[in-house]
Amino acid sequence: MRPEHPPEFPLAVHDLTVAYHRKPVLWDVELNIPEGTLAGIVGPNGAGKSTLLKACLDLIPKTSGEALIYGKPYAEQRDLIAYVPQRESVDWDFPVSALDVVTMGTYRKLGWFKRIGPTQKKQALEALEQVGIGHFANRQISQLSGGQQQRVFLARALVQDAQIYFMDEPFAAVDAATEQAIIELLQSLNARGKTVLCVHHDLATVSRYFDHLVLLNMRVVASGPTAETFTRENLQKTYGGKLNLLDDVAQALKNVGRHESP
Amino acid sequence: MSWTANDFHIILVGGLCAMACALPGTFLLLRRMSMMGDAISHAVLPGLAIAFLISGSRANIWMFLGAAIAGVLTALFTQWITRFGKVERGAAMGIVFTTLFAVGLVLIRKAADHVDLDAGCVLYGALELTPLNLVTLFENDTYIIEIPRAALVIGATLLFNIIVIALFFKEFTMASFDPSLAETQGFRPRLMHYLLMTMVAVTTVAAFEAVGSIIVIAMLIVPPATAYLLTRKLSVLIAVSLIVAVLSAVLGQVASHLPPLLGLPDTTSSGMIATASGFLFLLAWLFGPEGLIRRNSGELEEPADAR
Repeated sequence: MRPEHPPEFPLAVHDLTVAYHRKPVLWDVELNIPEGTLAGIVGPNGAGKSTLLKACLDLIPKTSGEALIYGKPYAEQRDLIAYVPQRESVDWDFPVSALDVVTMGTYRKLGWFKRIGPTQKKQALEALEQVGIGHFANRQISQLSGGQQQRVFLARALVQDAQIYFMDEPFAAVDAATEQAIIELLQSLNARGKTVLCVHHDLATVSRYFDHLVLLNMRVVASGPTAETFTRENLQKTYGGKLNLLDDVAQALKNVGRHESP
Repeated sequence: MSWTANDFHIILVGGLCAMACALPGTFLLLRRMSMMGDAISHAVLPGLAIAFLISGSRANIWMFLGAAIAGVLTALFTQWITRFGKVERGAAMGIVFTTLFAVGLVLIRKAADHVDLDAGCVLYGALELTPLNLVTLFENDTYIIEIPRAALVIGATLLFNIIVIALFFKEFTMASFDPSLAETQGFRPRLMHYLLMTMVAVTTVAAFEAVGSIIVIAMLIVPPATAYLLTRKLSVLIAVSLIVAVLSAVLGQVASHLPPLLGLPDTTSSGMIATASGFLFLLAWLFGPEGLIRRNSGELEEPADAR
């Protein structure tokens, strides 16, 4: 037990370094994500955002360090976690329907060898209805739009009924309606005490979407409540001298506070 | 053209072979690693040779064991070379299977040349010879049912494949579609990967004697690829690829009688089975729901009701 990472944190990362072919992608990451937050992980391309999620979930090997889920290694806490990978990470021509994909979220509870039954299908259909595409349940996944595919992934995470949701760019290349539906869903999960961790790209929406923020560029530049963390100084440290991005930053900072009052 | 028991036996062995191959072949295709079938079908050769050298017998159990180990090693070496050598998987596969195949040929020539483990047979198979070695399934005063011994071996392999895929259907599907989800849910996609590779290796060896290691590739890939042109529902896709497998065995054997009738040189049954499956693929490509003719017909699809 490490005093700086007490077990009440849903995710605590200690001294995490990840390298591909000796080239570090993440360097000495220290992080605590408080329970019940809707946390964003933000940083430039190649900052290691997706790598951070994957390393925490044992999907890629860690060079050093550890990630603890409520104080325990991930392998012991699988039931608590749902992971939504980037949409492009799978083959959308695969011969399965939307319902089939969502049903995959129930397999952990179902276990090895057991057959999919009406209970699992019902859960999956309910999740699809929750994300607003229940009527597409039997459609082959290649016939869905990008936004609908993202909703399928989200529904699959919902049926996993987890405590912590790891999401890799759920808002990437989706239509405005889907973006709105997704954020409302994440907020409702959050309202039920779930912790949501989201890799995010769009600085303009950061202060509106997230109450906790991790600024990442190989190292953790800053981590804390969005109101304190989302500052010009921290963003400049994160994005360096990328000028065109700094314009976006200026625009984003103008939006700070604009959406906070209801 | 006369239809004999011989033809029936060849179709039986060829059809069982094609079906046994189509099952693991479907998952190879869906994982976009079809050429892994090619790699493994060649790389099992040293496994066979070493199994023979150690056991001194050509009994099936040893051959299957050697093949299974060689198959898993092929997958493992490919993985390692991809990761540590920084080369893409196709190139890694090329390095592994050609090397292993060469080692296998050397082993067979040098150490086991005096026995009936013949390189030519490994490459091209001898489907026409399978009816020479018959076993009796059932016998009474009036009837006698005999089938080629090869049909028993390949039939057992088909049964093994059916059982494994039925048992792990949802695990295979998830591990093929989204390995990261399978991993986070604790379903060991890498284990499933090696299980699939074992199936491919065992099936390949079972099919060796009958159709050889080159036609095996056609049997692994062409029926599933044909089915993939016709449907996007996994259970239907598997059923269709089994049907295509049987059809190509029947059509192939029938077609193998044609060239001599036309005064052309003789052909082999296994070669014609592969040709027939290629022909069926062509038909699906031309006339399938997404086929060339539909696509160019100018007829509009019903618009998808977007939200």
